Amino acid sequence: MTTDARRPFTRLQRTTVIQGMLAFCLILVVSQLWLLTASMNAYLGGDDSVVWPAAAASACCLLLNVGLLRYLYHLDRARS
Amino acid sequence: MTDPTPVRPVQEPDEITIAPDWRPMRLQPAWRNDFPVDGPQEQYVERREFMKFMVLTSLALAVGQIWIAVENVWRHARGQPEVRPVATLDQVPPGGVLTFAYPGPHDDCILIRPRDHALVAYSQKCTHLSCPVQPRVEEDVIRCPCHEGLFDLRSGRPIAGPPRRALPVVRVEIRGNQIVATGVEVRTL
Repeated sequence: MTTDARRPFTRLQRTTVIQGMLAFCLILVVSQLWLLTASMNAYLGGDDSVVWPAAAASACCLLLNVGLLRYLYHLDRARS
Repeated sequence: MTDPTPVRPVQEPDEITIAPDWRPMRLQPAWRNDFPVDGPQEQYVERREFMKFMVLTSLALAVGQIWIAVENVWRHARGQPEVRPVATLDQVPPGGVLTFAYPGPHDDCILIRPRDHALVAYSQKCTHLSCPVQPRVEEDVIRCPCHEGLFDLRSGRPIAGPPRRALPVVRVEIRGNQIVATGVEVRTL
């Protein structure tokens, strides 16, 4: 018996995949929110050593989220 | 002789409509058959749209973070404010308080002269939500009336209430009879 590797996900499989992606995305967004509050507090307190590392980390989180969004569009295209 | 049972075509799982409450379609009200909303598909679309919104939120947070970094560059580019006299010693007797603007005309500061301590000067903006703080020399505290925040008068550090950061210190020197402001120092604690 052979299986087609390119067979699109079923409806329930897609829902499971998107739930996993959403959970990961939420973790990244909460991390970004924490980074923003922590670095804003440090910046207002005159400690600017964390400003650029925090900006880089937040940009990495955004890139990961954009990657997930691209995969989401890919899922939608594979279905249609 | 023909078979009495009708042959029904086999349906793929994705072609079967599942009602949003997951009960079989035969138990659904009649209108549901006319307007069949597919439960799993609806769930998928809801999560997809929520995820798009979360990515937009992520973009907003990243932009905010970069804005802090850019502000930091501007702060370094501005450098320390100019050294300039803000008052004379006669204007601040022991136990007295004077307000002045430094470094800009809208940066209100307070100059305090406790009876047994040298001059101290702080920004008047509370580090919680920027309300103007009020010194109480007799109690050795600086109070924020908006949310009952208290700062230590001699160090400017928060001692009660919602503020978590110390008041920015305005460095002052006495030159003859003049009180001269030489810079501002922001502090985390």
